[in-house]
Amino acid sequence: MNMHTNPRQQASEGMAGLFMATCRREFLLSFRRKSDLVNPLIFFLMVATLFPLGVSPESGFLAQLAPGVVWVAALLATLLSMDALFRSDYEDGSLEQLLLSPQPLFVVALAKVIAHWMMTGLALTLMAPLLGVMLFLPAEGMPGLMLSLLLGTPTLSLIGAIGAALTVGLKKGGVLISLLVLPLYIPVLIFGSSAVQATVTGLPLGGYLALLGALLALALALAPLAISAALRISISS
Amino acid sequence: MADKKWMPRWFYQLASPRWCYQITGKLLPWFAVAALVLLVGGSVWALAFAPADYQQGNSFRIIYLHVPSAILAQSAYMLMAVAGAIGLIWKMKVADMVLKSAAPIGASMAVLALATGAIWGKPTWGSWWVWDARLTSMLILFFLYLGVMALNSAIENESTAAQASAVLALVGLVNIPIIKYSVEWWNTLHQPATFKLTEKPAMPVEMWLPLLVMVIGFYCFFAVSLMQRLRNEIIWRERRTGWVRELLDKQ
Repeated sequence: MNMHTNPRQQASEGMAGLFMATCRREFLLSFRRKSDLVNPLIFFLMVATLFPLGVSPESGFLAQLAPGVVWVAALLATLLSMDALFRSDYEDGSLEQLLLSPQPLFVVALAKVIAHWMMTGLALTLMAPLLGVMLFLPAEGMPGLMLSLLLGTPTLSLIGAIGAALTVGLKKGGVLISLLVLPLYIPVLIFGSSAVQATVTGLPLGGYLALLGALLALALALAPLAISAALRISISS
Repeated sequence: MADKKWMPRWFYQLASPRWCYQITGKLLPWFAVAALVLLVGGSVWALAFAPADYQQGNSFRIIYLHVPSAILAQSAYMLMAVAGAIGLIWKMKVADMVLKSAAPIGASMAVLALATGAIWGKPTWGSWWVWDARLTSMLILFFLYLGVMALNSAIENESTAAQASAVLALVGLVNIPIIKYSVEWWNTLHQPATFKLTEKPAMPVEMWLPLLVMVIGFYCFFAVSLMQRLRNEIIWRERRTGWVRELLDKQ
């Protein structure tokens, strides 16, 4: 390393480097355990299959139900994958090492959540049209579905990570995390499924996407702070 | 640091569980008397003397329970989140205990608001429950309380539990306005808030005065039950200290 670099520049390089290193580690770890990658997607598909079986296979009815069903299924799939976010790091002690390191925890938490979103939320977004077709969502609704999921699922991951960080020290975090996080998911669900409904009926989509984007901006700014505070609390016990 | 007194002295004194126990012991009877007088007086006034509504007849009288409990459910969450923030920033044990004690009271107020709303909704709207914005946001507020309570009871270490619930309460506080407006745009049927700070109420004076008495009475009742829970909590957590032992030996 050059000894004469500007310290501020060095710090920002360090920050970006830390972010990239954490992302790379997350990707590497999850590609070594591929089942964890695929499980939320299978769950997503199965939940969507349950609705025609449980309610009615009639296409007109399902088309009306489709925006909400796809959104609820994506929300639950994200939620189920959240518990594993910090769990293995906590169990093998690397989370403690991350907390002890001099680097800001904010960046590490953000990198972990973004890497996690790329493997769940983004995959769910790419898979959503398949579910849309299964549930007879009109073709006009597809762009709205994908755009709203693309903007909404990162918010879901960020909020869910707060719950995951709060419950990481507990043996049975699974049900508790849903209790903590589900009420906080409601605004995203409302704006997301309304966006899909708007595109189906031919109404403008911009307002809903702006609201989802605002929620995402708020979550991006505040959630990493809450996640790192929660991690410090969970580890301290 | 020592010469920079920007917080009043009583604030730091409240941090001592012993002092807090004593001061709540002195305040408790006054609030209890006030709550009793206001609630009994307010109910008699509201049920017997306030005029009946020209459309709803006597069934409107349930708002004398419904509105105060709904206001209290929201205020209790505020108090809980503020106590959580104080506990996180100043590491006050008493603030942690306030958070833990306020959650069940707030949750029961939310249940009371939902139940009285359902009882009123049946004759007026024709159904126990409608998916309306204000009802739904009260239900979500109840869920937020349940989350805080569940987290608090799931973590065994008391100080960790308090800090974790404080973080959750603060996250919930940021979310409450978002939830409120998202649900409002989603669907609304409920009448707007009965009391607003900025406007004159639409009701005649004979109708809203007893309501105001009931609201203040509910606040006093909330203070009483919060102080009682807080005192229990103080005794339980400080059970190994000398002054609690002395106190228990005296009784």
